[in-house]
Amino acid sequence: MRYIRPLSMEDAVGQLAGSSGTAAILAGGSDLLVRMKGGFIEPDLIVDIKAIDGLGEIRETAEGFSIGAAVSCALMGESVALNREWPGVVEAAKLIGSKQVQGRCTIVGNLCNASPAADSVPALVAAAARALIIGPGGRRTVPVEAVPTGPGKTSLAKGEIIEAILLDRRAPRSGDAYLRFIPRTEMDIAVVSAGVNLTLDEQGVVKSARVSLGAVAPTVLLVEEAAEALIGRKLDEAALERLAKVCSGACRPIDDKRGTVEFRRKVAGVLARRAATTAYARAGGK
Amino acid sequence: MAGVAVSTTINGDNVEYLCQPDETLLDVLRDRLGLTGAKEGCGTGDCGACSIILDDRLVCSCLVLGAEAEGRRVETIEGMAHGDKLHPLQQKFLEHAALQCGICTPGFLIAAKDLLAKNPDPTEEEIRFGLAGNLCRCTGYDKIVRAVQDAASVMKGA
Repeated sequence: MRYIRPLSMEDAVGQLAGSSGTAAILAGGSDLLVRMKGGFIEPDLIVDIKAIDGLGEIRETAEGFSIGAAVSCALMGESVALNREWPGVVEAAKLIGSKQVQGRCTIVGNLCNASPAADSVPALVAAAARALIIGPGGRRTVPVEAVPTGPGKTSLAKGEIIEAILLDRRAPRSGDAYLRFIPRTEMDIAVVSAGVNLTLDEQGVVKSARVSLGAVAPTVLLVEEAAEALIGRKLDEAALERLAKVCSGACRPIDDKRGTVEFRRKVAGVLARRAATTAYARAGGK
Repeated sequence: MAGVAVSTTINGDNVEYLCQPDETLLDVLRDRLGLTGAKEGCGTGDCGACSIILDDRLVCSCLVLGAEAEGRRVETIEGMAHGDKLHPLQQKFLEHAALQCGICTPGFLIAAKDLLAKNPDPTEEEIRFGLAGNLCRCTGYDKIVRAVQDAASVMKGA
């Protein structure tokens, strides 16, 4: 095994693209090292991307935010601007693991680990976040939901690295929220989760909406019908009822020790409803 | 496997070591440097017994490669007391008997030190959430929480 710490994205891409055998990208390591320890992966090459200039920064740009691939979730939690504009994304990122894990884990890692139960991913999908990918063919940008293709699998090609997650600047009267169900109060994996992102008009009517569900299908679901249940309405009881029903119906969960199909369907509706209520309040809706 | 040469700072001292590329910082601390305060409980970032502070961030040293410490600042339990003078947290853990077998204690002390550095006056709930990444199978946490509360009030007065 070789460990390298390139100083530029181009070098990192070149090393990955030119590697034979198994190569792994190391940022926080909170998934990679556990998988190495468990014998699930034995990389021939580890590319530590943390020394690459700018990758550890949250940058405010004209378009919004660029969150570097090496930014820890703890750092996201400390960003006043990010908390103000995307509180749902930050609350999701802050739910990953313990304080110890927070100091290391990243949302790009969470995305690329491709767990259906990843906490930050539903919030990023609801936020219409994009992944900036660099590879041997240059740079491209894709919606985050295009990255995981199934449990543990991504659409990234050999040599490609996600450089940053991009979030748009907020329109006025916007809010997002993320909620998950776990049987404990802390330090657990989502049994069901929901992300909601709303923008309201001046009357408090929902102008645009994105609703996502986690841990109820092989990948995070973007539920367009759920968004349609909210758009053009204030968040009245009928809209919330419809939202919950659509979300329950959209689930394709498995039965496992953490939750049954029936339970996950029901809770998906409940969480979507509560997340929508929070997002609506954050957007200034009454 | 070729070794990786690492130059780092541990508890204020410049330290150089050679390690294997897949070797964790926890293994380097314990097996190469003789700093056995950090413990390996689970080895997968769940128990917090190997907690250290890396560039002002609380982390599990079992989830950090030894090679990653290059040019960084590592703080371990061995740097917590000043000579014979215990850190207030260590003193209060003793006074409150906030330990039984002691395996989790270095991790709790480091995590509590990090917590109080960032939040000098935490509520009980903040302490419990702040220490949720540290598992103790002996004391049931109440004594630990009380020791941290007591240390916080001592440290505020200092």
